[in-house]
Amino acid sequence: MGEGAPGQRDARPSPPEQTSRRVELVATIVIDGLIDASWLFIVAVGLTLVFGVLNILNIAHGNLYAIGAYTAASAVGWYYAGSGPPLLGYVVMLGAALLVAVAIGPLLERGILRLFYRRDEIVLVLVTYALFLVLEDATKLIWGANPYYAYEPYGLLGNVKLLGLTYVAYDLLLIALSVVTGGLLWLGLNRTAAGKVVLAVIHDREMSSAMGVNVTRVFVLAFTLGVFLAVLGGAFTAPKISVQPGISITVILLSFAVVVIGGLGSVEGAAIAALLVGLARSAAIHLMPSAELFIVYLVMAGVLALRPEGLFQRAALRKI
Amino acid sequence: MRRFGPLAVALASFALIAALGGTAPNWVVFLTTMAFAKGIVALGLVLLMRGGLVSFGQGLFYCAGAYAAGLAMRWADASDALLLVALGGAVALLLGLAIAPLLAGYRSIFFATLTLALSMIAYGILNKTYSLGGSDGINLRAPSFLFYRAATPDAFGYALFVFTGLVTVAAAVLCRLHFDSMRGLLSLAARDNEIRVEYLGASVRRVSLGNFVAAAGLGGMGGALAALALGHIDPDFAFWTSSGEFVFLAILAGHQSVVAVFLASILLELVRSFSSQYFPNSWQMALGIFLLLVILFLPEGLGSLLRRRNPPPEAASLPVESLK
Amino acid sequence: MTALIEARGLHKSFGAVVAARDVSVMARRGERVGLIGNNGAGKTTFVNMVTGYVKPDRGSILLDGIDITGLPPRVVSRHGVSRSFQMPQLFQSMTPEENMLMALGIARSERLSSWRDARTPDLMAELHDLLARFRLGEYRDRSIAALPGGVRKLVDIAMAVTRRPKLLLLDEPTSGVAAEEKFPLMDVIMSALAGGEVAVLFVEHDMEIVARYAERVLAFYDGRVIADDIPTTVLGNEEVQRYVTGIVQ
Repeated sequence: MGEGAPGQRDARPSPPEQTSRRVELVATIVIDGLIDASWLFIVAVGLTLVFGVLNILNIAHGNLYAIGAYTAASAVGWYYAGSGPPLLGYVVMLGAALLVAVAIGPLLERGILRLFYRRDEIVLVLVTYALFLVLEDATKLIWGANPYYAYEPYGLLGNVKLLGLTYVAYDLLLIALSVVTGGLLWLGLNRTAAGKVVLAVIHDREMSSAMGVNVTRVFVLAFTLGVFLAVLGGAFTAPKISVQPGISITVILLSFAVVVIGGLGSVEGAAIAALLVGLARSAAIHLMPSAELFIVYLVMAGVLALRPEGLFQRAALRKI
Repeated sequence: MRRFGPLAVALASFALIAALGGTAPNWVVFLTTMAFAKGIVALGLVLLMRGGLVSFGQGLFYCAGAYAAGLAMRWADASDALLLVALGGAVALLLGLAIAPLLAGYRSIFFATLTLALSMIAYGILNKTYSLGGSDGINLRAPSFLFYRAATPDAFGYALFVFTGLVTVAAAVLCRLHFDSMRGLLSLAARDNEIRVEYLGASVRRVSLGNFVAAAGLGGMGGALAALALGHIDPDFAFWTSSGEFVFLAILAGHQSVVAVFLASILLELVRSFSSQYFPNSWQMALGIFLLLVILFLPEGLGSLLRRRNPPPEAASLPVESLK
Repeated sequence: MTALIEARGLHKSFGAVVAARDVSVMARRGERVGLIGNNGAGKTTFVNMVTGYVKPDRGSILLDGIDITGLPPRVVSRHGVSRSFQMPQLFQSMTPEENMLMALGIARSERLSSWRDARTPDLMAELHDLLARFRLGEYRDRSIAALPGGVRKLVDIAMAVTRRPKLLLLDEPTSGVAAEEKFPLMDVIMSALAGGEVAVLFVEHDMEIVARYAERVLAFYDGRVIADDIPTTVLGNEEVQRYVTGIVQ
């Protein structure tokens, strides 16, 4: 993957003599895997949500992640140049993500995607491929080709000892963030009126439309939410990585794998698949570094060979 | 009459290509060689897309062909271009045959992502396989052409150009004949309505498999030609940006015209070489906007401008009026 | 005379919905049978089971004594069972002529050629006859999307008969067609099918059509066949009137 990829950092073990190396290794793999899975889930669940509602597999989703990362890096740089309370930096990152999502989401959906809704779903993939090309260069034009670093928020919370290993607390914050995001998303979809409408559209678009659901509004909302999740993922991984051209590709390829493994359009599937991919990558990095590049696709090919529709999807018979 | 048509067109276009290549500057010759090589891969993708499947991993076969040619040159000291390209095509075709059963049940986005995954697996493996050059790849010698071995780089460039033109014209004619055949039409039918095809008694699976394997073979030949033209192979042949480029070409060209594929390919190479020189940071953006415009306003691709849906010559002789 | 098609004890459920309960149907060579019943009564499920689109949970289907139960549509059609669809299943990007050429091409050769031009003189001649039989000449070059509903039905049926089936199942041939065009449409269909030995089972909601064109009628209700006799008897049946035709005397 590209050099700016948000891969795992080496956990620094502080080896107490009595802990066997084997246990330590497993713990490292699991915790690193969880950290990796956390941001991956946030990004991928946005991708799967957009697919579920709009039937679009958005290749430009990785660019939205990158835009989130760049925006957060700029915002963090600006904020820490001043003298505000350091912890408020997280709020600044969140605020920046929200602003960008609200600005870009409706623009892309109403301005471009809408024009292609009557076309085949594969054509829509190509449209988002075109968007990917456009956004890739747009990002370069705005932020240039040099890497950005937003390290301040990363060290802010200090380190935490876990199972005899030392971890940067920020990484564990990421896990918490993904759990909260997933939880809120689940509650929002299953426990609110608006969420139930979204679920209804995912389940049967034509029927929902016939029942008087305002599909247009659902589309704008769902797409913007999807953009927000990508941007959020980007914003909160920005402090861990060097933000530079190419990160969008790494991320879209990984989230693709997650979404396809989990089953297109399935929120639960995205969670399980993110864990699977996170753990697989982490295991590869620690046990067989040369496999890191393709282990994800190997898992994906394996899952698809066994369950062609992904883990959480069932094929339906076409009505004739 | 119809049987000789394609052959005459083929000879004429080959003569034209060879003549133009003889007078063009070197960079044009190289650019067109690459455009033809990639066009052959895209032609395979068009064949696949006529059957309703879009592969985002055609780079896998492009790469397989390139490495087959490159390694045959390195390990077996093979140096004949015809042999190397045939080998590239054959290896890719066998690879396609081997993975086709895995893919045969998939459609639309699943097919696209799974092919993408397979090509990225190959990319990952090649990057870490140091005996095959790792991420740096391998440099190749200039091949010979049957009994001809070029004395100067310019002469080699022209010879390879003519050879590539020959392969291109052959591939184009075969594809044109195939597209007009019953089995070629069956691909379009399967894209439109798989259920009806099955009810008519034909197998959609067999159509898809056939197209996939043929596209793999064309991908391999294109890859071998590109490897010879570049004098270099590396894992980037399998990277997803290569595959994306073939998809771009296939969409730009559309599925109606074979010639449009190669025109699109030349167009893309020209745009790329000019813009990467003059606007290195915004040429992808230009490509993206162009692609959007094509999808929006020319949904059937450039080919729809070249080829009208004209009724076949037999149609006029049927007594239509009497049927009313 | 023995039965051409004999379905015995077909049973099929989709989750909690039972679409066929112990359905037994037989038809003779050349017979014209109407299938009536409300939506969801199990008519289309029966057609889907006979043609292999849906596999019955229990029961068997014999065609000319050969067991075709659970075979896929591709194989069933090769045994001599064809069907048309309630929503015509056509190749949208092709003209009616090309749709029928495709059907003929598949029907006439075991291995399709990859190189020879699809429009061979033999196929074109046969296509010409088929267009004439179904009165489709003037529509041959139109786009599918621009065809009137009835013409679409005709193209669909014309494609179904290219294999010269022994059994033809028509799923609501006159649905979506204007009332005054239903009889002319059925006339074209029945005259195009005349002369052959093909048995025709057609699903129909219009009782006048059924009375005119069927020699025998099967009434479906709640996944069962509740009546099986000549049209006047079935249409006069009290149960049929209560559950199917809605005429209560």
